[in-house]
Amino acid sequence: MVYLDHAATTPMRPEAIEALTAALAVVGNPSSIHSAGQQAKRLLEESRERVAATLGVDGIEVVFTGSGTEAVNLAIKGLWWRRQSTAPSAVDGGPGARPRLLVPAGEHHATIDTVEWLAAHEGAEVVVLPLDEVGRLRLDVLEAELARDAASVALVTMLWASNEVGTVQPVEEVARLTARAGVPLHVDAIAAYGQLPIDVRGLRRATDAGPGAGLVALSVSAHKIGGPAGIGALVLDRSAAVEPLIHGGGQQRRVRSGTQDVAAAASFAAAATAVHERLDEDARRMSALRDRLIAGALAAVPAARLSGDPDPSGRLPANVHFSFPGCEGDSLLFLLDASGVAVSTGSACQAGVPEPSHVLMAMGRSESDARGALRITLGHVSTDAEVDAFLAALPGAYAQAAKAGLAARATSFDR
Amino acid sequence: MSGGVDSAVAAARAVDAGHDVVGVHLALSRMPGTLRTGSRGCCTIEDSMDAQRAANVLGIPYYVWDFSERFKADVVDDFIAEYSAGRTPNPCMRCNERIKFAALLEKALALGFDAVCTGHYAAVVTDAAGNRELHRASAWAKDQSYVLGVLTAEQLAHAYFPLGDTPSKQLVREEAARRGLSVAQKPDSHDICFIPDGDTKGWLAERVGVAPGDIVDRSGAVVGSHEGAHAYTVGQRRGLHLGTPAPDGRPRFALEVRPKENTVVVGPKEALATAEIAGSRYTWAGLPPADAATPFACEVQIRAHADPVPAVAVVADGELVVTPEHPLDGVAPGQTAVVYVGTRVLGQCTIDRTVSAVSVDA
Repeated sequence: MVYLDHAATTPMRPEAIEALTAALAVVGNPSSIHSAGQQAKRLLEESRERVAATLGVDGIEVVFTGSGTEAVNLAIKGLWWRRQSTAPSAVDGGPGARPRLLVPAGEHHATIDTVEWLAAHEGAEVVVLPLDEVGRLRLDVLEAELARDAASVALVTMLWASNEVGTVQPVEEVARLTARAGVPLHVDAIAAYGQLPIDVRGLRRATDAGPGAGLVALSVSAHKIGGPAGIGALVLDRSAAVEPLIHGGGQQRRVRSGTQDVAAAASFAAAATAVHERLDEDARRMSALRDRLIAGALAAVPAARLSGDPDPSGRLPANVHFSFPGCEGDSLLFLLDASGVAVSTGSACQAGVPEPSHVLMAMGRSESDARGALRITLGHVSTDAEVDAFLAALPGAYAQAAKAGLAARATSFDR
Repeated sequence: MSGGVDSAVAAARAVDAGHDVVGVHLALSRMPGTLRTGSRGCCTIEDSMDAQRAANVLGIPYYVWDFSERFKADVVDDFIAEYSAGRTPNPCMRCNERIKFAALLEKALALGFDAVCTGHYAAVVTDAAGNRELHRASAWAKDQSYVLGVLTAEQLAHAYFPLGDTPSKQLVREEAARRGLSVAQKPDSHDICFIPDGDTKGWLAERVGVAPGDIVDRSGAVVGSHEGAHAYTVGQRRGLHLGTPAPDGRPRFALEVRPKENTVVVGPKEALATAEIAGSRYTWAGLPPADAATPFACEVQIRAHADPVPAVAVVADGELVVTPEHPLDGVAPGQTAVVYVGTRVLGQCTIDRTVSAVSVDA
């Protein structure tokens, strides 16, 4: 099988499998006081430090979670609640004076559904920041919103790069604007981690971030970089205060209670280290594959339209995203799958049904473009031969899906 | 694959027969429920997972195809419009006609498939000359040829019903259990899939609105009131809540729904008797009769679970006109009259008009 859906998940790296299985055989709860516990604790903290090193922070600033989604939830809800309880007007029991939550359109559902929940249940006032036609956040709008009334903003949350169309966001500029405004920023870096260099402390320094302001929280996930599913991490600056979502034994800065998964952490660390040893080299290799895939697909199907940033430096090295007008994305996916090529429609699924992409809609694209979307994503194991196989299968799949696409609208069986 | 036992076993038999089978679950709602509730409804995420698990057991690929927009336009909105027009639609029939054997079939053919295989209890038979015919299933109690009566020769050419010759549903369940399909004991779904709590009247009221009006007898005298004529079906006896008893003290039935006047007409049971049924929207399930303009003997069935009645049918003035041997009760405009010859489905019409067996002032 030709697997070109690495943004969904990517094969575990051999180092990560080895670290996982080795650690699974070791007994000991890292919270226990005896030697077995201390051994487990050592492995856990070494793993934490290794993950931290790939993100430019200290071990204490990495909070392991059960998933990337949990990390995003902890950051957004945790920051939002703490910002309300510490808001000046909350002192006399009134509602918080920081109800505004600034979020770009086209975020991942982990963010969308979390901020919608806060709006519905906690009185958050969500300000959706528009995207431009390549899917990049409109900085001028963010700047204006912050200038309007920075004191009423609980937090800003954004993607480092779009999981769907691969557009890299102006993270440094947003970090600088929020640092200047004294507002905390959370960045969902799940799609970018392992493809772009991330240096949280460097970024805080470069943007003059004061305590609790600017980039204070950043989410990553292990399985997107060749680690195991079931573990993510929230980078939480020392100055960032969040309300925990899970209460219990007080592990991990009392922010995330629950017995810690040493084996998963060790495996995550092994993958993170392996990825970052060759980050630039792999990014160059994947960018070359990506650019060949884009050029080949456009040559084979001239009607195809590349979504996201056409400038290679503005998109994730492993991301390709096309719209095929007149086709249903699920038809293309089915036909390519039948010829042994696994790709994605790119958007969230409900019971296997792709919704029309909210990301493309936010970029001002038509419903028809949004329906015919296909995301092709590369990984560390991707090869030239796989790109060739995709390019060989695409024209036939496109022709047939276009035929089926028309059928789905008006059928000759109608009477 | 709905997630039920019938479509799972149908898929299994198609695999056994050597076909290249792909499981497809139809997403008919953009906002599916999460869990199945009792035996009602379908198309929840749990149903979709059941279908996928069945496909896993059979070792076939499985996909969900989204027909929610088409389903809403062609089935749900049609259902509302028909009730609003004082008619009694059959949404399952509409779904077979417009979704399963139209939108789905067309997409499947375009994607390279040859046929749509479903778990319907009905049989497709090919005659000596190669013409396809639709027949009743062997399991009379489960026979679903009625709701497929709307299919045409072109659609039947691509229809495959592997359960048609199974003597009983119980045998299908036993086969599912033998094959290790987890849905073997899943309850049958009843009622209308898009009205999960089964409260058609309440569901319609939410969408059509409440419009109080009169219930009158055949002389026009007001005998009661209602909250919207759309909630009534010809032949209905329960739920009329008439304030004024009939002079003869006998039960009364809904005889007619007049949406324009927002009036429901009631009367005695004998006034329900219908001597003739006619509809201009008729189709033939395969070859049409050699001479449909000459009256021919047949049987007519007017509901999914009604008994067929000997009748004479003819096409005259652009209508299929069916005269049952003895008058039928509770025939409502909008219902489908399916015409059989023996076990064969000959065709059908959506009933536009009926002729009462008794004069209005009887």
